Amino acid sequence: MTDDKDNKPPNEDRRDFIHIAAGAAVAGGAGALAWPFVAQMLPALDTRAASSLEVPITGIPEGGEIRVLIGGKPFFIRHRTAAEIAAAESVEAGDLPDPQTDEERLVARADGTLNPAILVVSGSCTHLGCVPVGPGSNTGEFGGWYCPCHGSHYDTSGRIRKGPAPTNLPVPTYEYNADGSAVTISL
Amino acid sequence: MSGHESTYKPGTGIEKWIDARLPIVRLVHDSFVGFPVAKNLNYWWTFGAILAVCLVTQIITGIVLAMHYVPHVDMAFASVERIMRDVEYGWLIRYIHANGASMFFLAVYIHMFRGLYYGSYKAPREISWILGVIIYLLMMGTAFMGYVLPWGQMSLHGASVITNLIGAIPLVGEQIKIWLQGAPSIGNATLNRFFSLHYLLPFMIAGVVILHIWAFHTTGNNNPTGVDVKDEKKDTVPFHPYYTVKDGFAIIVFLMIFAGFVFYAPNVLGHADNYIEGNPLKTPAHIVPEWYLLPFYAILRAITFDIGPIPAKLGGVIAMFGAIAVLFVLPWLDTSKVRSLRYRPLARQFFLGFVAVCLLLGVAGASNPDDIVIKTGEDTLRYEVALEEAPEAVAVAEAHHGKIVSSNSERVIVDFAHYEDAVEFAEASGTTAEATVKHHGLTWLPVAQLLTFLYFAYFLIIIPLLGLIERPKDEPESIADSIHKSNGSADAVAAE
Repeated sequence: MTDDKDNKPPNEDRRDFIHIAAGAAVAGGAGALAWPFVAQMLPALDTRAASSLEVPITGIPEGGEIRVLIGGKPFFIRHRTAAEIAAAESVEAGDLPDPQTDEERLVARADGTLNPAILVVSGSCTHLGCVPVGPGSNTGEFGGWYCPCHGSHYDTSGRIRKGPAPTNLPVPTYEYNADGSAVTISL
Repeated sequence: MSGHESTYKPGTGIEKWIDARLPIVRLVHDSFVGFPVAKNLNYWWTFGAILAVCLVTQIITGIVLAMHYVPHVDMAFASVERIMRDVEYGWLIRYIHANGASMFFLAVYIHMFRGLYYGSYKAPREISWILGVIIYLLMMGTAFMGYVLPWGQMSLHGASVITNLIGAIPLVGEQIKIWLQGAPSIGNATLNRFFSLHYLLPFMIAGVVILHIWAFHTTGNNNPTGVDVKDEKKDTVPFHPYYTVKDGFAIIVFLMIFAGFVFYAPNVLGHADNYIEGNPLKTPAHIVPEWYLLPFYAILRAITFDIGPIPAKLGGVIAMFGAIAVLFVLPWLDTSKVRSLRYRPLARQFFLGFVAVCLLLGVAGASNPDDIVIKTGEDTLRYEVALEEAPEAVAVAEAHHGKIVSSNSERVIVDFAHYEDAVEFAEASGTTAEATVKHHGLTWLPVAQLLTFLYFAYFLIIIPLLGLIERPKDEPESIADSIHKSNGSADAVAAE
């Protein structure tokens, strides 16, 4: 042990320390510098600010829908007919590929009651993000939406019933305004 | 850049002056003039030079297009149309660039199959091969981002489908997707960065190409016999003029085909949907990538089942990337010492089968997974009858040889094998429902699944096993020997 110590040039420990400290400083600095270049690719502030939208729902005809883009993402707001609501409610949730009852897919109004006539869902097929077609074109085998890309069928509650899509059309975060005439959808 | 001694002799004083300071003329001379190359290279070897021409073509036309293109979602489509209509010769330059991408991939696929056939990936050329696979990956990234730039319907929705693949990654997928897109969806931020990267990547390709050439100039080119150069004098010729002329001739033939596309069928390899401006609210009926990515698209869509804990969507993504990743480890999967398939009759059969599998995967990628490949049964006419309209539909259908597919309290779905039965049913039940034609048979999905299995089996099972069980034919003693043999008497050829 003493021999080793004698063979070491003077200040060896101090040099090791300087090497490690300098290396750590360079690595830390490189990491700190890299972060802005990674983070610049995240959604910018103006993009994030444009991530909610108030949509009036009183003008949607029964059996029809309107489609809006929020931050470039499509959303469907559908005014369901009584038959469509009944079809959505009559299904046994446990039998579905992605079990959810129709009630679970609705959001309560300001007074706490549900409004089954209005269904708000994302307009991106959960398979690969195509935009399904709906009322006025092709509602698929279950009366809701049909994705023309790879043949996913959604029912009148936006639930996946047949085809490659793994999950139901997600229900976005949204709330009714005080008189229930509009919904505000947020990303 | 080469493993042999320099043959460059600076003649004039100024050449000597430069050579002592920056021996760049010597580098070029030793790489592309005096470089000794096996004298038996066939035309499959000209695709390296053809690819260099493709890269230069894409860079030059791309730089020019960037002078007129506007990377903004509101203006991109119109700026491309302006290039086509108003910019002097813009139509020509854009058609060269768009078709050039296809020609680039055509050449790279031939180049890769050549490497597979003649064992160019085997020791000592593993790094050349791996660098080549990296170039191929960069090419696919560049082509994908370039296809987004015109901001047509295929651009937008193709990009959407591909970036959604990243969302299949567990836990962090969604965050990475948003990071790549720069927004919750494909939008202006995405278009801007794709334009920036589409401009950058070709220069990275050029850099890796230099490494690729450096690597195989260090080991020397492979050749159709796969036998190493034993005697430089007998086995090789200098690159110039022998291969500059041979490559030059091949380039001219290739450019004639290229020009044929540019002038006579400039849109035949594209999709009409991309001449419709991108609309995020309307997806084209049939989203398909460009032809050169179709085999991988087929593999992506073939995985429709969960594999243990891996959901189908992620499984498809893993399979697609795995199809390329397997190329990286190919040098270590192959257990055969013989490079060229000329001397491996059994491996050659499997190779031809593999080429067929790749081509068929391309066809499968272009087809709808539910389309019929082979019709096995008669077409049936399918009626969907609402029970409120014809409550007795089930009974009537059964009376007319109809097959009840499903029925509930609301409707009945019934198939008819014969047209007459269907007509009688429609009259008897009084329905106004229209019949749809339903075909029976083998669809593309199981075919694509089988092809995907065969693709992976070729690399992971067949190639490793063949090297162990196959008895290769005798390789020639040397390159010179193989040439004398094939130039010799007919008997010698027959004996081989």
